Amino acid sequence: MSERTLEFRDALREAMSQEMRANKRVFLLGEEVAEYDGAYKVSRGMLEEFGPQRIIDTPISESGFAGMAIGAAMMGLRPIVEFMSWSFSLVAADPILNNAPKMLYMSGGQFGCPIVFRGNDGAGGQLGSTHSWCVEGMYSNVPGLKMAIPAFADDAKGLLTTAIRDDDPVFFLESERLLALKGHVPEGEHLVPFGQALVRRSGDDVTIVSFGRPVHFCLEAAEALEAEGISCEVIDGRTIRPLDLDTIVRSVKKTNACVVVDQSWSFGSPGSEIAAQIHQACFDDLDNHVMRVHSADVPTPYAWNLEQEYLPNARRIAEAVRSALYVA
Amino acid sequence: MPITTAFQTEIQRVSILDEHGQFDAELGDGLISNDDLVRLYEDMALCRKLDEVAFKLQRSGRMGTYPQNMGQEATSLGAAYVLNQDDWLVTCYRENCGLFHRGLPPEKILLHWMGDERGNHIDPELCVTPIAVPIGTQMLHATGLAWASKYRNESRIACTFFGDGATSEGDFHEAMNFAANLDIPVVFFCQNNHWAISVPGHIQCSAPTVAQRALAYGMDTIQCDGNDLFAVVHCMKTATEHARKEGRPFFIEGVTYRLGDHTTADDARRYRDQDEVDLWTERDPIVRIREHMKSLKIWDDSKEAQLAERVEEETSAIVQRAEGIEAPNDDDFFTSMYADLPADLRRQMDTRRTSSIGEDPSQIENPQTA
Repeated sequence: MSERTLEFRDALREAMSQEMRANKRVFLLGEEVAEYDGAYKVSRGMLEEFGPQRIIDTPISESGFAGMAIGAAMMGLRPIVEFMSWSFSLVAADPILNNAPKMLYMSGGQFGCPIVFRGNDGAGGQLGSTHSWCVEGMYSNVPGLKMAIPAFADDAKGLLTTAIRDDDPVFFLESERLLALKGHVPEGEHLVPFGQALVRRSGDDVTIVSFGRPVHFCLEAAEALEAEGISCEVIDGRTIRPLDLDTIVRSVKKTNACVVVDQSWSFGSPGSEIAAQIHQACFDDLDNHVMRVHSADVPTPYAWNLEQEYLPNARRIAEAVRSALYVA
Repeated sequence: MPITTAFQTEIQRVSILDEHGQFDAELGDGLISNDDLVRLYEDMALCRKLDEVAFKLQRSGRMGTYPQNMGQEATSLGAAYVLNQDDWLVTCYRENCGLFHRGLPPEKILLHWMGDERGNHIDPELCVTPIAVPIGTQMLHATGLAWASKYRNESRIACTFFGDGATSEGDFHEAMNFAANLDIPVVFFCQNNHWAISVPGHIQCSAPTVAQRALAYGMDTIQCDGNDLFAVVHCMKTATEHARKEGRPFFIEGVTYRLGDHTTADDARRYRDQDEVDLWTERDPIVRIREHMKSLKIWDDSKEAQLAERVEEETSAIVQRAEGIEAPNDDDFFTSMYADLPADLRRQMDTRRTSSIGEDPSQIENPQTA
């Protein structure tokens, strides 16, 4: 078996290219995705292979191309819409929140919207507050959409392939900070089903649940806590909608303690939803209430050191774990 | 010569049959056959009658908010008449006449406004999109539909309708910009009915015409008397030919007037003068065609009386069909949420609890694996 490694960004491209080779209905559009290879080089070389009919440079007009993709999807195509950053999707709120996830429902089941909206999500590294949105908190509130958020290169390919084949609108959240991360990525067809969380590290004392980039901070914290004699089980949720609660509940019933780590703001977030659901499902199993680690309730700071402290990080996660286990 | 003219143009306005019965034979002859004219007139009569009936249904509590089409029948009708049956007709919510002409069962419109999503489950053969209420979103969908048609090497085009108010929306400008820059065959049809609820047209657009907005995008454009079915048909022929042959978008401003309230939740008397309404009542598109048909000796009072009777019967049958449909099942609101119902939503459906996953741990698969 091949142990080929790829960068996260190349894994994303491989998923798109393989699906585009297999299905002529799939195409990619967005700002600078063609001639410039994408602002983050995710679509490098795709224009050359697929031509300008299928790799389309758009005007700077997020609402425009998101809305247009809905029309194209209604006529049977399967658009992949790249937002240079999910932060820029805010100006496309009407098509992505008010049209795409509701079209099937509002047409009495006639028009589905098999669109993948994808792009960079979360703090990038001193991009400033307006370019650092974690949209999972806001957008996961909307029924009718699915949301995937890979943390590793193999999942980037596997989840994106699943997203492209999915018949519903999928919000696909990539972290700019992970794009250069290398990992083993299977060649050929690779599908990771939605709604299946993965135990990244087994442990007995506490369950740490996260998704996307913070999974790495959780693993870092788990490593450090091991030295203190605390055994952490780290679960990578992989998709927020649908949410695999069963895997989380199984783990919490074993460890009797839980920390949820979510890079969104805490109020009305996936983290608060997961905590609430765990409390309901595992009330008698918990030795402490579920702890949550979120970004601070302020706009993303511009200063490097403040940004690091603002985000969930290994130190803050470890503190939450100790607190959950009553370790001083 | 330090200052030269970089660009100069004019906006053409088309009028063929005016409110005084003046008919421009040069442009109008042969545009609509007499048989077709009678059929189109009958479409308008049905639409007008259904408007009246729908208004009463709302007032008697049998239907939700309803936007009347009164006075604007000729625009969408002329468009639907010229378009091919497989061209996309992408409307907002005041295009009943064109939709009926296309073949949409009128009870679908009533069902929609009665609050039944099945009103928007439309036979795919009709190539009609669901009613779009958010203002302007459908222009982008139309651009996407036409783009998909081009992508698939089909000759189908899209025609989208919107009001003067929608031309202030970003979606309008983004759709226009896209269609023009990416060569997408869409006909943008603005029904300039002078009022966006209570906001007069000059608040939306301070240029003398809405049509000239298209020039900024390098798009061909024309204005017509939107209450003149002949003028609408003439412009639509120009527009569709341009879209098909050149693969380019085209803009039509149909100048018309909303004779009724914005919707049944509005009272237009509060913000516009009766004189203005009276003036436009004289320009009624239906009266104009009726008088023209009489002058052609293809219509008379007895035919009018027969039509009135037929339309009366037909509208009651439409209302009966709309009201006769069984109420949606409680489970129905889950069934069209996703292509396949996800497990968590299925649990909600089965238990009727929004947080049902946690309320009964026995529902969780393998809860005791520890």
